[in-house]
Amino acid sequence: MGKRENWGTRMGFIFAAVGSAIGLGNIWRFPYLTYANGGGAFLIPYFVALLTAGIPIIILEMAIGHKYKSSPVVAFSRMSKHAEWMGWMQVFIAFIIGIYYAVIVAWALNFTLIATKLGWGTNTTSFFYNHFLHVSSGPLVLGGIVPNLAIFAIITWLLIWITLFSGIRKGIEFISKIFMPILFVGLIIILIRVVTLKGAGYGLEWLFNPHFDSIFEFKTWTAAYGQIFFSLSICYGIIIAYSSYLHDRSDIANNATMTAFINCGFSVLSAILIFSVLGYAATQQGVAIKDVAGSGIGLAFISIPMAINMMPAPKVIGTLFFLALFVAGFTSIISIVEVCCSTIIDKYKMNRRVAVSIFCFVGCCFTLVFTAKGGVHILDIVDHFINNFGIVFAGIIEIVFVSWFLKLDAIKEHINRRSDFTVGLLWTFCLKYLIPIFLGYMAIGNLVEELTTSYGNYAKQAIFYYGWAIVIVMILFSFSMQYISLKKQRAKINEVSK
Amino acid sequence: MSLTAIIFMIFALVVTWGGATLCITIAIKKKSK
Repeated sequence: MGKRENWGTRMGFIFAAVGSAIGLGNIWRFPYLTYANGGGAFLIPYFVALLTAGIPIIILEMAIGHKYKSSPVVAFSRMSKHAEWMGWMQVFIAFIIGIYYAVIVAWALNFTLIATKLGWGTNTTSFFYNHFLHVSSGPLVLGGIVPNLAIFAIITWLLIWITLFSGIRKGIEFISKIFMPILFVGLIIILIRVVTLKGAGYGLEWLFNPHFDSIFEFKTWTAAYGQIFFSLSICYGIIIAYSSYLHDRSDIANNATMTAFINCGFSVLSAILIFSVLGYAATQQGVAIKDVAGSGIGLAFISIPMAINMMPAPKVIGTLFFLALFVAGFTSIISIVEVCCSTIIDKYKMNRRVAVSIFCFVGCCFTLVFTAKGGVHILDIVDHFINNFGIVFAGIIEIVFVSWFLKLDAIKEHINRRSDFTVGLLWTFCLKYLIPIFLGYMAIGNLVEELTTSYGNYAKQAIFYYGWAIVIVMILFSFSMQYISLKKQRAKINEVSK
Repeated sequence: MSLTAIIFMIFALVVTWGGATLCITIAIKKKSK
């Protein structure tokens, strides 16, 4: 094993960390969440959540990666030999997210090409579900693989493979240094165009006009904490893996805070863009904003193409929008896959090129499941469960165990010794009390809702196979890996003592 | 677009990008790595 690779420059690391945090959620989740939770008033709980949860957690994870110089599994095992399972849980989540996120990135790449000819036509709903996805009647009807989707999924995995195969500096850092400025400039160009459209102000009025009543509702606060939690790529190993490649003397607190602020700034710009477009579309059609506003896949691949059709220079705007979506998604997917690859490299002392090649091949095979006709239904269920149960539970476990039972004081000292500004009592208070309370409330709320209602009206069998089963496998997998590791360690000790 | 909505939009931009700019300024001033 050679010396551990490092980031070439601080800017390279910031671009990579920001690229990982800025993902599809910034573009298709934050705008609708703001609109649906009190408009401008939602920004208050959102910024409180950023300061009391987002920044403290990202500082903590950056410090863990930097101090223990390893990917999550080995980093946690270095903290305590009984904590390795927390790392495995995060790696499992990263693997599951990676295999379905790749297919969405592949859709964005495909749509970039489709946008050059406005190939989605006038009925964008029918195009997306019938002609693009060839969607089946439900998640239990898998159907065959759709060749077009499979080809783009394979291309996406090839691009991931090339990037990670090239290493940290020549791969991830290089790509981030090119893609992040492209994303930012592309976003600004589209933004300037769309805010000057007739009706953009109408959309922005709905987005930013505050409804202060919502601040007094607890659900607004959980929505704000949830958005901060999901959008910063925290609690599933990315920040730990990336910061493990930082130089010894690198700053931690400032780098983490900078990443969090840039990510949220990008979310705000995306919200302005999306609601300008939706306001324009609503004005053109003479309908209310609620008739066109939405979130998730439907917003990106149905509502936006429909709005683009009505715009001047639709091909240019459409191509730029989907290129931005692809770039945002690609810089995130490489970080997700890197979590798994760096774990294999660190834990099993495998050569990067071999580890990346094996993992990308396996990941690509799993991704092909989501390119089947029933793939979008499976993706919806898996995404719902891995976010609401996987990430939330892994987050609670990580924060509670690290701040209460592991070496929080040592981590704090590590941060303060090398950072531009120090962390103190407030940071400890947020990690020990505030964040576990909010995450715990979210987790219980999710669990109650799941047990009392059927998610997406899917068949119970499908919910079990693609939802609960994955959560159960995650728990079994992480504890099994911990058990195997402890057993190996004991065997080694016995051998030495003999 | 109402004045209140404009104020909140500016508030969002100032907090996020202002925060990022402040962090970058500190990093440059302190010449940290």
